[in-house]
Amino acid sequence: MAGLDREDIGDKSVSASFRLASDRISLLTPCEHPELYTPGQDIGPETGLLRGHGTYQDNGRIKASVAGVLEHVNKLIMIRPLKSRYNGEIGDVVVGRITEIQQKRWRVDANARLDAVLLLSSVNLPGGELRRRSVEDERMMRQYLSEGDLISAEVQNVFSEGTMSLHTRNLKYGKLSQGVLVTVPAPLIKRSKTHFHTICGISLIIGTNGYIWLYPTPKSTEEGAGGFARNLELRVEPREREAIARMQCCINALAESRMMVYDTSLVAAFEVANKFSVKELLKPEVKLEIVMLTQHMMGLNC
Amino acid sequence: MELLNDQGLRLDGRKPDELRLIKCKLGIFTHTDGSAFVEQGNTKVIAVVYGPHEVRNVHRAKTSADGAFVNCQYSMAAFSMSERKKRNRGDRKSTEATIHLHQTLAAVIRTELMPKSQIDVFIEVLQSDGGNFAASVNAATLALIDAGIPLREYVIACTASLGTGNVPMVDISNLEESLGGPTLTVAVLPRSSQIALVEMSQRFHLDFLEPVLKMAMKGCDYTFKVLDMAVESYLSEIGKPNNWGQA
Repeated sequence: MAGLDREDIGDKSVSASFRLASDRISLLTPCEHPELYTPGQDIGPETGLLRGHGTYQDNGRIKASVAGVLEHVNKLIMIRPLKSRYNGEIGDVVVGRITEIQQKRWRVDANARLDAVLLLSSVNLPGGELRRRSVEDERMMRQYLSEGDLISAEVQNVFSEGTMSLHTRNLKYGKLSQGVLVTVPAPLIKRSKTHFHTICGISLIIGTNGYIWLYPTPKSTEEGAGGFARNLELRVEPREREAIARMQCCINALAESRMMVYDTSLVAAFEVANKFSVKELLKPEVKLEIVMLTQHMMGLNC
Repeated sequence: MELLNDQGLRLDGRKPDELRLIKCKLGIFTHTDGSAFVEQGNTKVIAVVYGPHEVRNVHRAKTSADGAFVNCQYSMAAFSMSERKKRNRGDRKSTEATIHLHQTLAAVIRTELMPKSQIDVFIEVLQSDGGNFAASVNAATLALIDAGIPLREYVIACTASLGTGNVPMVDISNLEESLGGPTLTVAVLPRSSQIALVEMSQRFHLDFLEPVLKMAMKGCDYTFKVLDMAVESYLSEIGKPNNWGQA
């Protein structure tokens, strides 16, 4: 973020909290649970059943290969792991980071098993949608997006080996400018109708891959995240910075307690967090309180 | 000093077939794909797993369309032993352990499901008190489970030795190791009773191999039960708040 004035920081005192492992607060509590499967555990005979993800066949028996809960859809049996890398689906909104530039394509790290590709032909270049892509454009690729840049995009296709192909052919997608990236485990993101939100005084893109982008709400006509324009001169007001920092802490608290991250849970957590100063939100006791109150507000109790 | 005293007890007061206390914890770090901490007596090990992810940098050449490439690294912290040691990565002992770890994990990871990917397994021994490799294998298994990487089953390792009067002993501590007993390390797949790795530090008569091996495998079975319980209680903690991953 650009230009932070000394005066904006305010209180410069440092407070540190150290504690023994045995005194640390855990945001997790053991709950009643459905039957859990661990790798190698026998599920049943193979007759009349279809093996899905997270299972394998051994001597006519179906066994689990990951730790998680059993899902039964008609004849299909699968074990869903509670933690894993992101598995892309067509139409998902993702946030990613450019890792490499190749012939006519960018490589994008999107928290998946393999890097995604963003083809030069699936981005909107400045100057109209129906523009022909020339050799000149190929040479200019690094000017548009270079290694380390963050983008928001949509999954266009998923190939059989697991690689995703992305596109940004919509003004809401494109290069990201000023803001904060928060990463959470991908299974904690709920797929919903929209992944672009303007809540609690800031805007956020909740990437289905677990990358969440927090940025100040763009003013009026100016397009926020879309295209290749990046305005690093824009001054972000302290109020917005504080809201972004608060939201970041809320997301981290929710992720640490393994709660789903989506607009409703974020608004609830943000509301609860409002009574604390941002600095306090880093303390585990406060995080625990936020999580408990959020769960209470949403009616999720153990 | 004798490995077993007149009452048939070991130097630390254990019976020959008694393991040291096992403590373990999964998901100790938030910014890794999987992580675990295992404590067996005074031996403390941390395992961290990254991946499966795109094959990066120096390992590029190892990209395979048939399956994932497993990258292991075993290292001991400078402060892990009674004497501080500076160079602990890349020395012969660690390199050997790395190779053995790779062999052991390759036996259970279903790499064929993850073509063109890489899985990193990093082990750090924080405190060394015998059976470091066994504890590392156990920690790596837990970290892989935490990362949601498909495994055929658990792989569990344990050590055994031969005490006074040729009595087999399980879970050898550093003191017992240094007193000169032969140490046998086995890694087994407990659910199917298959052996993934056997390693021996010294020689003993072939007649004793079977009882010692049996003792080590018994130790593995017990360790497996403890780890499996830890995995289940961990799952029960992380599953409920997100409704077991169901939409």
